[in-house]
Amino acid sequence: MDLRSIAEILEESRSTGLPFWEVILHYDMDERQVSREESMAKMLITWQAMQDAADAYTGTRRSVSGLVGGDGMRMRQYQLRGKSLCGGYVGDVMAEALSMAESNACMRRIVAAPTAGACGVLPAVLLPLTRYAELTQRQILEAFYVASGVGVVIARNAGISGAAGGCQAEIGTASAMAAAALVQLRGGTDQMIAHAVAIALANLMGLVCDPVAGLVEIPCVKRNVIGAMNAVSAADMALAGIESKIPVDEVIEAMGEVGRHMPVEYRETAQGGLANTPTGRAVKEKLLGSNSSAK
Amino acid sequence: MELFDILGPIMIGPSSSHTAGAARIGKISRILLGEKPVEAKVHLHGSFAETGIGHGTNLAIIGGLLGMNPDDLRIPFAFEEAEKEGLRFCFDTVELRDVHPNTAVLELTGEKGGHLTIQACSIGGGAIEVTALDGYEVSFTGNYNTLVIRNQDEFGTLAGVTTILSQFHINVGNMSLHRNKRGGDALMIIETDQHIKPSQVAFLGELPGIRAITYYDKEDEEYGFTLHR
Repeated sequence: MDLRSIAEILEESRSTGLPFWEVILHYDMDERQVSREESMAKMLITWQAMQDAADAYTGTRRSVSGLVGGDGMRMRQYQLRGKSLCGGYVGDVMAEALSMAESNACMRRIVAAPTAGACGVLPAVLLPLTRYAELTQRQILEAFYVASGVGVVIARNAGISGAAGGCQAEIGTASAMAAAALVQLRGGTDQMIAHAVAIALANLMGLVCDPVAGLVEIPCVKRNVIGAMNAVSAADMALAGIESKIPVDEVIEAMGEVGRHMPVEYRETAQGGLANTPTGRAVKEKLLGSNSSAK
Repeated sequence: MELFDILGPIMIGPSSSHTAGAARIGKISRILLGEKPVEAKVHLHGSFAETGIGHGTNLAIIGGLLGMNPDDLRIPFAFEEAEKEGLRFCFDTVELRDVHPNTAVLELTGEKGGHLTIQACSIGGGAIEVTALDGYEVSFTGNYNTLVIRNQDEFGTLAGVTTILSQFHINVGNMSLHRNKRGGDALMIIETDQHIKPSQVAFLGELPGIRAITYYDKEDEEYGFTLHR
């Protein structure tokens, strides 16, 4: 079992009778030569680190460039005033995505998932859910196995770095992982997990990586919100029985193809898109000026 | 590919390559120097030079030199920590040829007077590669336990080291030999599958022709040391 494709996981699950998450657990045990307990202990540390990261957010710290910080708290306060259009769980998802992505930009401790720039997506959908639904720690860990297994398949077949495949590879992959985790937590079938991943990836396909001044700040922080919202909608669609007409492994292949054909300006080089707007360029000039004076 | 490459690393933001990888470069440099660094001249190339300050690359490298891991909460305050620890440092930018865009060169002086010049790059996801040591071109990643041995370039030195390793039941995964001229100083890089105990490293250090030996343990990054003859 080598996590080559989602179809391979589904087939393994069918033939062995193991649930999706446990197929991934066995992969980790083989890959790192560890016991079941050791693998789950490491997954628990990861979950705890994610919770600690959320707890550490205060909204007071600013990024080194000064461009990012405080929006997660602004969103939380707005949500608490009861004015949010989304409200409830989805309102909390938005606030958490902003908070975690800001924590990353402001040099706090985070869990990359699959990258540091996209670290807000998975915790944004999971942490609020623990407040709206009765979830055991065991269920969360199972969802983490599902999410990371999906991430490995995407990394193998399409890539997960903005430099190689654009933002779709980072936020898109994070979104697919989060959608898969949600379907698992809501008791969906293996097929539903596959459809949620396909829908999440398809709906963010083509997203470019165009960070202003090359920093993991603009638009990365707010893109974590769309990644999380997209995950929630993809999971809900899959749980409602809506299917992706294009099979998930073909969607992953397609995302890889789009990434490979993406012009280099839109792959983390800060030469195109938002980075190349007059305001984006001005921000870069200003920062480079302060860089040289800081030598 | 490991699951925890996807769900992880646990790290100080904002960038696995520019921050987490930079901290690992600092840390491995400290271990390979083999003593507490008191002076560091850091030269940043490429993307490290252009976007390093915005990514906290400079803080992460200094944090690593102070012994911090990529998830250490003190990294944002590494400059203050350096002052407390008595580490003087300066940064500048360089243009190197034919190197990875995220490359740093560190010139280090230790508290006992030892020197090390190391060139390393951050290759993505927090992974790194050391590409030069004291003028020798090398290539190792810190993903294995690594012996860095300075030796006299003469027959039998390599055989002596590998014979002893085999007697300790330590398997060599990768190795490379480097010398600038025949019969002069040489460098051996040996990556092993098993851990090497301090007493075993000391034993290797007693072999004829060995000038100095440094050991980097991949599991416990605190545990690395140098023996000088």
